[in-house]
Amino acid sequence: MNDHFAITTDNITKIYGSGNTEVVAMRDVSLNVRRGEVVALLGPSGSGKSTVLTAIGLINPPTSGRVIINGTLVLDGPVARTNLRSFRRQHIGFVFQKSNLIPFLTALENVQIALELNDLSPSRARTRALELLDQLGVADRAGNLPSMLSGGQQQRVAVARALANQPSIILADEPTAALDSHRGRQVMELFAQVARDHGAGVIVVTHDHRALDVFDTLYEMEDGVVTKSSSHAA
Amino acid sequence: MNLAVKDIRHNLGRFALTTLGVGMLLMVVMGMGGIYRGIVEDATLLIDRVGADLWIVQRSTRGPFAELSRVNPNLVYRARSVPGVQDTREFVYHTIQREREGKPLRIAVLGLSWPTDKGEWLPLVSGRVLAQNHFEMIADQTLGLALHERIRLGKETYTVVGLTTGMISSGGDGIAFFTVSDAQAIQFDTSGEAVRLERESRRSRGERSGLGAKQPTLLDQAARPSQEIAAIGRPQISAVMVTAAPGANVDDIARTISGWGDVSVFTADGQRELLLKGSVEKIRRQIGLFRSLLTIIAAIIMALILYTLTLDKIHSIALLKLIGAPNTVILGLILQQALVLGVLGFGIAYAIGQRLFPMFPRRVILTHSDLLQLGAIVLGISIASSILGIWKALRVSPNEALS
Repeated sequence: MNDHFAITTDNITKIYGSGNTEVVAMRDVSLNVRRGEVVALLGPSGSGKSTVLTAIGLINPPTSGRVIINGTLVLDGPVARTNLRSFRRQHIGFVFQKSNLIPFLTALENVQIALELNDLSPSRARTRALELLDQLGVADRAGNLPSMLSGGQQQRVAVARALANQPSIILADEPTAALDSHRGRQVMELFAQVARDHGAGVIVVTHDHRALDVFDTLYEMEDGVVTKSSSHAA
Repeated sequence: MNLAVKDIRHNLGRFALTTLGVGMLLMVVMGMGGIYRGIVEDATLLIDRVGADLWIVQRSTRGPFAELSRVNPNLVYRARSVPGVQDTREFVYHTIQREREGKPLRIAVLGLSWPTDKGEWLPLVSGRVLAQNHFEMIADQTLGLALHERIRLGKETYTVVGLTTGMISSGGDGIAFFTVSDAQAIQFDTSGEAVRLERESRRSRGERSGLGAKQPTLLDQAARPSQEIAAIGRPQISAVMVTAAPGANVDDIARTISGWGDVSVFTADGQRELLLKGSVEKIRRQIGLFRSLLTIIAAIIMALILYTLTLDKIHSIALLKLIGAPNTVILGLILQQALVLGVLGFGIAYAIGQRLFPMFPRRVILTHSDLLQLGAIVLGISIASSILGIWKALRVSPNEALS
């Protein structure tokens, strides 16, 4: 296992059903994402991008293959080698197409809850959450519920929450789908910045080809298989 | 961070309405318990308040409350001669229904053994005890009679000289206290026409019998009032109450009296048992069963409410799981909401019940033990009814946050 990599997937395959109803959602996907690297996962709908993301996110274990995060073997096929929920809480940050904030918590509380779940005291969690919101330029909306925030502001709060526990990896699924091109680019640049600032490996599933220059590496998928990869930087 | 409180705060209006609904439901459960307690209390109230150690009633009857009992008034003197007896009193008790201001007025008439018993043991709220042998009455407040009000019963008019509280018959009617002779006058009141018909009937029976032919002067007696004819005698009383002398053994007195062939004797506890196992048993069981059903219904409704509240939060729960929240956090969210719902519902039930129950036609008695019992049941219901919601929440996959 290479400790330089935030994420390593080793021939992960996901098969739904069996016999005549068998569907292969991804086959032999092997990825390496270094710390501080920002990776885009491209491809048409149904190509298996989200399956890869949920497997790495420890939500939907693969049928076979291994998932190694931050040097730790986490999934060996469908078998968990550690407490997945606890590992997810400590090492993985998520951002989604819809901002996915908890509707009954304010922006501040949405970030604070992630910190409190990781055993930070409420007062320290509050201070840290305010810092993160400030870094992302939404500190002035800290007391607002998600329904009172714009799409861009919601995404920033979601990014703040994803960063809260200084995760080893950040997984984002279509994070700019609900945003205009300008705000979409801002969010992508934000990912690149936090990857570098926090040393996290970032994988972004996207259809948006307008901001691909932000990414270090591009993987393209089709029919569950990685067909192409290219790097902008070493 | 208390997620349960945050969620409630976010949906305050809906949660408040839901809690109000649960509160009203629990108030009905509480009320049924209070009605049940009220029936038991009303049934035994008179026995407890009147303070008799023994009740002598007609042989082989379970009177005077559970069934009709008739004993000769001279039993009072016979019972007083038993060793260990300090005092005996006549007991006359029956229910009448009259019309007052266009509405039916039901009165449980109870005779006090004047002058031994003037009603000193009654909890008077105004006025005084009986001061003369006739034409005075003490009325329970629930009868709606005012102090000094005059009410016509039978051929006489009675003045309300005292008002008492909490004196209710086992049927839920307010009790009015008269002297025994007045109570009997009310009970055996007959119209002038009925008296004339009875006298004529006596004469006719006399003429048909051989006795009338042998002693024609007897037929002259037939036209006289009943109480003046020795053979007809005084109206009978319902029972005789016995008070034992200090230090006397009540069981010994009862044993002596039960040896008489014309009467049966019951202790105060025996009378209470007769009432609870007899006349009020069915209604007691019916209300008890109805209360149990309501409790089950409340549990089902609370379970459905909590399940629905959980369904509304499925996405948030999936999201919490996705960001690594342990099951205890999710369990706490649902369980705390269930407990808040139960506790507030109980509080609402108590608060509304306190204002509403006194308006009920029959007494609704909330005892501390009943309230504690219901509180424990509500706590149990809250926990049990959250199980369905918790089961659903624990089955939610973090994947659902992505959909």
